[in-house]
Amino acid sequence: MDSSQLLGITTFTLLFASFLYIGALLFRSSTVGRFATWFTVAALVIQTAGLGLRWVESYKMGIGHAPLTNMYESVVFFAWTIVILYLGIEWKFKTRTIGAFALPLAFLAMAYGSFAPINKGINPLVPALQSNWLLAHVITCFVGYAAFAIAAALGIMYLLKSYFGNDSNAGETSLLPSLKVMDDIIHKSMIFGFIWLSAGIITGAIWANSAWGTYWSWDPKETWSLITWFVYAITLHARYTRGISGKAIAWLSLIGLLAVIFTYYGVNFLLSGLHSYGSG
Amino acid sequence: MQKNNSIWQFFASVKLALVILFLIAVTSIIGTLIPQKEAAEFYITNYGPKAAQIFAVLDIPDMYNSWWFLALLFLLAFNLIICSIERFPGVWKQVTADGLALPAERLQKMTNKISWTTRGSLSEVQNTLTEKLQKKGFKASSRESDGSTILFAQKGHWTRTGVYLVHSSILVIFLGAIIGSLGGYKGFVTIPETQESSRVFLFGGKGIAELDFSVRCNNFKIDFYPNGMPKEYTSSLTVIEQGKEVLTKEIEVNDPLSYRGVTFYQSSYEPYQDFVVTIQAPSGETRTFIVPFQQQESWGEANLKFGVINAKVMGQSIVSSKLWFSDGNESPATIWIDDGAQVNIERQNGTYQVSAKQMYATGLQVAKDPGVWWVYIGCGLMLFGLYVAFFMSHRRIWLLLSHEKDNTHVLLSGSANKNRTGFENHFAELGTFLQSTGNKD
Repeated sequence: MDSSQLLGITTFTLLFASFLYIGALLFRSSTVGRFATWFTVAALVIQTAGLGLRWVESYKMGIGHAPLTNMYESVVFFAWTIVILYLGIEWKFKTRTIGAFALPLAFLAMAYGSFAPINKGINPLVPALQSNWLLAHVITCFVGYAAFAIAAALGIMYLLKSYFGNDSNAGETSLLPSLKVMDDIIHKSMIFGFIWLSAGIITGAIWANSAWGTYWSWDPKETWSLITWFVYAITLHARYTRGISGKAIAWLSLIGLLAVIFTYYGVNFLLSGLHSYGSG
Repeated sequence: MQKNNSIWQFFASVKLALVILFLIAVTSIIGTLIPQKEAAEFYITNYGPKAAQIFAVLDIPDMYNSWWFLALLFLLAFNLIICSIERFPGVWKQVTADGLALPAERLQKMTNKISWTTRGSLSEVQNTLTEKLQKKGFKASSRESDGSTILFAQKGHWTRTGVYLVHSSILVIFLGAIIGSLGGYKGFVTIPETQESSRVFLFGGKGIAELDFSVRCNNFKIDFYPNGMPKEYTSSLTVIEQGKEVLTKEIEVNDPLSYRGVTFYQSSYEPYQDFVVTIQAPSGETRTFIVPFQQQESWGEANLKFGVINAKVMGQSIVSSKLWFSDGNESPATIWIDDGAQVNIERQNGTYQVSAKQMYATGLQVAKDPGVWWVYIGCGLMLFGLYVAFFMSHRRIWLLLSHEKDNTHVLLSGSANKNRTGFENHFAELGTFLQSTGNKD
């Protein structure tokens, strides 16, 4: 058994768990819901084992490093943090409906990692990546990203309910949690993500300073992470001081996730392309 | 005073803050789409002369240092300061507010309240409750008024300043950035092995910085992974001040050398066609020579002649070199030496220890940034402030005690400025805890 097999099993377990959550939601079955939770826990255990094994494998290859160093490893870790944060929310807020929206995101991340034409190998680290700040930077950023992904999942739920649903009979008869509850969890996820994103930007800056002597150089990745930070800063201020909540915040949670995805993914593939064209 | 002024009100508004943040976020995108700090011709070829002209007017090629972008950042800082001056006194009033001054009617109207009656005189009950509160970490103060007594205790009153900690952290970071750009520099120096330099070529065509010490590159080496990828670049550097060696350090990427506020970062390297050959004679004397490929070099006093006559190359780097070595007595020796390795050459008059390696120059990024610690302090303050602002709350507890024949009537009320659901649970627990003591005889 090697790590790639374990991570492959994780992908399908997450897919199955996603269907179970959606089924539990549509058929209002708490039995199916319990199965969904257990499958998600199983996926988390398998994935943790997979990540751990991948770490061990890198040491066996003589190039030992944490499995957080390329696009493939980062999407796997992204899925892992979504699952762990989601399970925390399910436990804390005693609701499974969010699973129907959050788990598919974790599955999509894993599916992208497995099927996209990206390098899945365990590679040695170039000198610039050999730093303890790598670990701190990647972990803090991705905890933030995962929290924003969950906020966006809730944002979609919120918008579906507010445009198509009827909140007057909120409670047992309703398919989704009440708008008030969702608004609250969106806000809490954003706060949580915002602190971690701040820590992620700061650890990145400290790392850049120890490697190149510049903590901030306005390169596209840095700039986009700051733009993302601004999107959430604006959202939090709008809510705190101008009392904006509900649909506007739900839309902002989606805009925020777009900024996250662009920072994480778009910058690497779109802007670097522009730059190589520019310098070529 | 000026607080009613409409200009003041304009800068004190959060709406303005949102607009500025939005403008900074949106304009920042420009610099990620249009490559920065390229030569003027670049913009003409890629975007056409007309666009290039507009770019030049708006400083687009270096937009993050342009007058209008810096003005936006300045406006943000200014807005932050005015907003804080406007709002902080009110918050400070709440931090230092005297909870005992609250009228009794207000206590009865709070959302969180529990009341009960217990045996014992007012002062007895007051004492037990005060002790019990102490056990829960609440230090109570009291005041009597028309036959009843109010106890007041609070936790986390200072956490109301959390938002201002975050806002001032941004100002501290700005301050650090300003100190860094006024009192510091960034540049580059290339130092060939065995040589020293004290001149730093500054980025952005800002000339040369002359250091009051010099740095010698003793040695540069590259380690490779088995697959040929570079594993580590290492330079051994020695700081020389007034002719004296004061500090030697092996630097790597991510592990720079700092001396007197100037930091040297391993950044690049340049391979040469020359070789560095180090020879230790049997007498113990050691000399280092820079030897061009396939040229004879000599060490007169030791009567040695030598040269590198062949080399094995992998990629751009030499993995081993073939040394020709003659001491004039015996027939010359030829020997393959792995790059950087040391070998012994046995001769009649003793053993020569010889090493040979390709010569490199190390490329060092040089930075002096006296503001960086301000930036780090600001970052730390920001994380601390965010935690305080979002996760800590100001919790207040009041107990209103009044006589009721032989008994004492107790009204417990409380409030928190954040996380009200969490506080409700704690409040209920506290109520049960305080009552259990009250019922005890």
